[in-house]
Amino acid sequence: MTEPVLSIRGLTVPLPRGADRANAIEGLSLDVAPGEIVCVVGESGSGKSVTASAVMGLLPPILTPSAGEILLQGENVLKVGAARLRRLRGSRMAMVFQEPMTALNPVLKVGAQIDEMLKAHSERLNAEARRARVLDLLADVHLPDPPSLARAYPHQLSGGQRQRVMIAMALANDPALIIADEPTTALDVTTQAQILKLLKELQARRDAGILFITHDFGVVSEIADRVVVMQKGRLVEEGSVDAVLTRPQHPYTQMLIAAVPKAEPPPPRPRQPPAAPILAVRDLTKTYGGRGLFGGGRAVTALDGVSFALQPGETLGIVGESGSGKSTLARCIARFVDPSAGHIRVGGDDIAHCTPRALRPYRRRIQMIFQDPYRSLNPRRTVGQAIIEGPMNYGLSREAALARAARLIDLVGLDAGALGRYPHEFSGGQRQRIAIARALAMEPDVLIADEAVSALDVSVQRQVLELLEDLRERLNLSILFITHDLRVAARLCDRLIVMLNGQIVEEGPTGSLFANPRHAYTQALFAAAPKMRAAETAEATG
Amino acid sequence: MGRFILGRLAATLPVMGVVAVIVFLLLRLAPGDPAAILAGDAASPEQIAEIRARLGLDQPILAQFLSWIGRLAQGDLGSSIISNQPVAKLILDRIEPTLALATTTILFAVLVAVPLGVLAAWWHGTWVDRMVMAISVLGFSVPVFVLGYLLIFGFAMQLRVLPVQGYVSITEGLWPFLSRLILPTLTLSVIYIALIARTTRSSVLEVLGEDYIRTARAKGIGETQVLWRHALRNAAVPVISVIGLGIALLISGVVVTESVFNLPGLGRLTVDSVLARDYPVIQGVILLFSALYVLVNLAIDLTYLLFDPRIRY
Repeated sequence: MTEPVLSIRGLTVPLPRGADRANAIEGLSLDVAPGEIVCVVGESGSGKSVTASAVMGLLPPILTPSAGEILLQGENVLKVGAARLRRLRGSRMAMVFQEPMTALNPVLKVGAQIDEMLKAHSERLNAEARRARVLDLLADVHLPDPPSLARAYPHQLSGGQRQRVMIAMALANDPALIIADEPTTALDVTTQAQILKLLKELQARRDAGILFITHDFGVVSEIADRVVVMQKGRLVEEGSVDAVLTRPQHPYTQMLIAAVPKAEPPPPRPRQPPAAPILAVRDLTKTYGGRGLFGGGRAVTALDGVSFALQPGETLGIVGESGSGKSTLARCIARFVDPSAGHIRVGGDDIAHCTPRALRPYRRRIQMIFQDPYRSLNPRRTVGQAIIEGPMNYGLSREAALARAARLIDLVGLDAGALGRYPHEFSGGQRQRIAIARALAMEPDVLIADEAVSALDVSVQRQVLELLEDLRERLNLSILFITHDLRVAARLCDRLIVMLNGQIVEEGPTGSLFANPRHAYTQALFAAAPKMRAAETAEATG
Repeated sequence: MGRFILGRLAATLPVMGVVAVIVFLLLRLAPGDPAAILAGDAASPEQIAEIRARLGLDQPILAQFLSWIGRLAQGDLGSSIISNQPVAKLILDRIEPTLALATTTILFAVLVAVPLGVLAAWWHGTWVDRMVMAISVLGFSVPVFVLGYLLIFGFAMQLRVLPVQGYVSITEGLWPFLSRLILPTLTLSVIYIALIARTTRSSVLEVLGEDYIRTARAKGIGETQVLWRHALRNAAVPVISVIGLGIALLISGVVVTESVFNLPGLGRLTVDSVLARDYPVIQGVILLFSALYVLVNLAIDLTYLLFDPRIRY
């Protein structure tokens, strides 16, 4: 066997006192061979990102490895001095980060940021040679028109383009090891598929080892040669991608794989007899900008003549990538933003253009659950206060509101003691349960869930989806479920709407839409979504 | 861009119009009668009435306002009711010391405060940081006149290295000019040093926590480069905002300092005119200040363009 480019031996990184466990990483050992892609998989808090930072020597001072070694081509990066470590970073090992939106310096041109990498490590190259190399690199990652792109600033590029720039930067000095920390998590599925393809192609050409950090088993099955599963700082399973995905040994791995939503819709729920729609949207249009102080300005059409109806008790999924207008649609219906034109009928009344005062009775009837449970609850108010505030605004007595809150908190699977505690005492999944209870306390006609499970780990995601399934049966909820994730949509939604550029391009019952997508964009979305090899294999055998 | 500048310049007109109305009304509503002050203690009511009529102050307020605005539109700021000199000439005579003091103060403050703030952020949590913060608290707390008199006592009276007060134009030599500005500049700049150093520190600290700083470190770039190339330019916009605010506040700041150091500038002119109820002079000076304020703000907005490519007008 060839010598590994990276060899982590018995690495332990203690957490500061008072943390929920003693060590961020405990006794971790793993190898990355040249030309190999090793995926480190785990949920949030598993220590996978700490591992990546430790290899790069980028851990914050409060996290200092206490034992073990990290050998980069035989050289222990934990022992070398600061100057040597700086030499290694960017030349022998390079990193691609999760957030392409924030990982590039906004005030420096893209070309200059790649050039900096060459300047720091390839002293032999003169300015002209460096410039040629920058253009080569931009072409290598398939960016269009390298000369003009090198002169662009990061904000002028899309997320996928920025991530390509990050990859070009990482490749600049032909590193032996590339660490990719959730490099596609912030991207749309179609962009993700392109970036994964690019990474595979480059790695095959350059023979670099890649340590690929991800939480997504779909991504793992697309790209990994070997898989390392981490739980609470420990390695719990390791093996070839086929072995781990098809025959997971450790219960945690089995649970993680089982929790991944299948891109297979369950059999449709019995349809209720058609009734008057509870929410009907007609020709809804929203245009941003275009009315500056001196006229002119750019107008952006976020929603372009959208029409649909939501039946009582139905779960309607709205699927699309970033910029498709799905969130604007949610905000227009909830009237957080004012639509430019069109109608929104709730019951029999059109609320698209009514005044804030006239809107008040309808606020109660449409409630929303937001994406980020860490930011959607006021940190200074207890859970109980958060839940009873809405109903009390609409005239319910404090006692009645508290009684309702107690009933709801039980319904979403938390104990009554939760009402007196503050949001920071809860995990992400628990907070999302609280957010659901808060929305339900208003006894809404329509519940809008805007990427409500996207920020959650798969195992937690599954629990919250189960909760929503359970609640809609019990309470006959009408749900507008907005998501970028086809797998999640497949599981929960009766009917789907696919959005692109502010318009609805396809609409239909989930089952038939999955079986037979007609629009080219829907087909592209399905093609790009990471597939689980394990699921396919299981079906083939079972 | 050119359209933006033109638009902003055009927008100064309504702003100054509003300022003109408010200043005019406030002065008329404030107690005190310029005619009575002009006539002196021994004047009879008839004499005062006669002076009032001569100054046009017996006219209805609307008539007075219209005649003032009418002349203003032709570029005539009117004449002082005390000295009878044109307001424009009074302002021109007094503008040089004020401009000189304002310039040296802002330059000195920026040159001292920005490095202090950057050092404090870089050595965040160490004694360097704590010292800069202590200096900053002190700078905010010391009243201008106390500091001014302490400096005069120390440097001018005890050490005798600098003149006590007064102003000499730069046309009469650089050292005489500068030597008389050193103490007023020190006095006036202390609060701006405190303000700008604090803003710089928090701005740089915030930027140092950004993802692209981590990226820069992952590239294997030296720490000095990380600070110079990646952090400072990104931290500049809030600092420039506060410097602009400082320039605007300076306009009121010069009043006390000019009095302490006996500089014959616009601040002193304002105070003297207010005490004498010299309406045309007060109106003229305040209109000038408001125009300067608007222009400084425009200059600041344009400066952002140099630092942040994302800003477009």
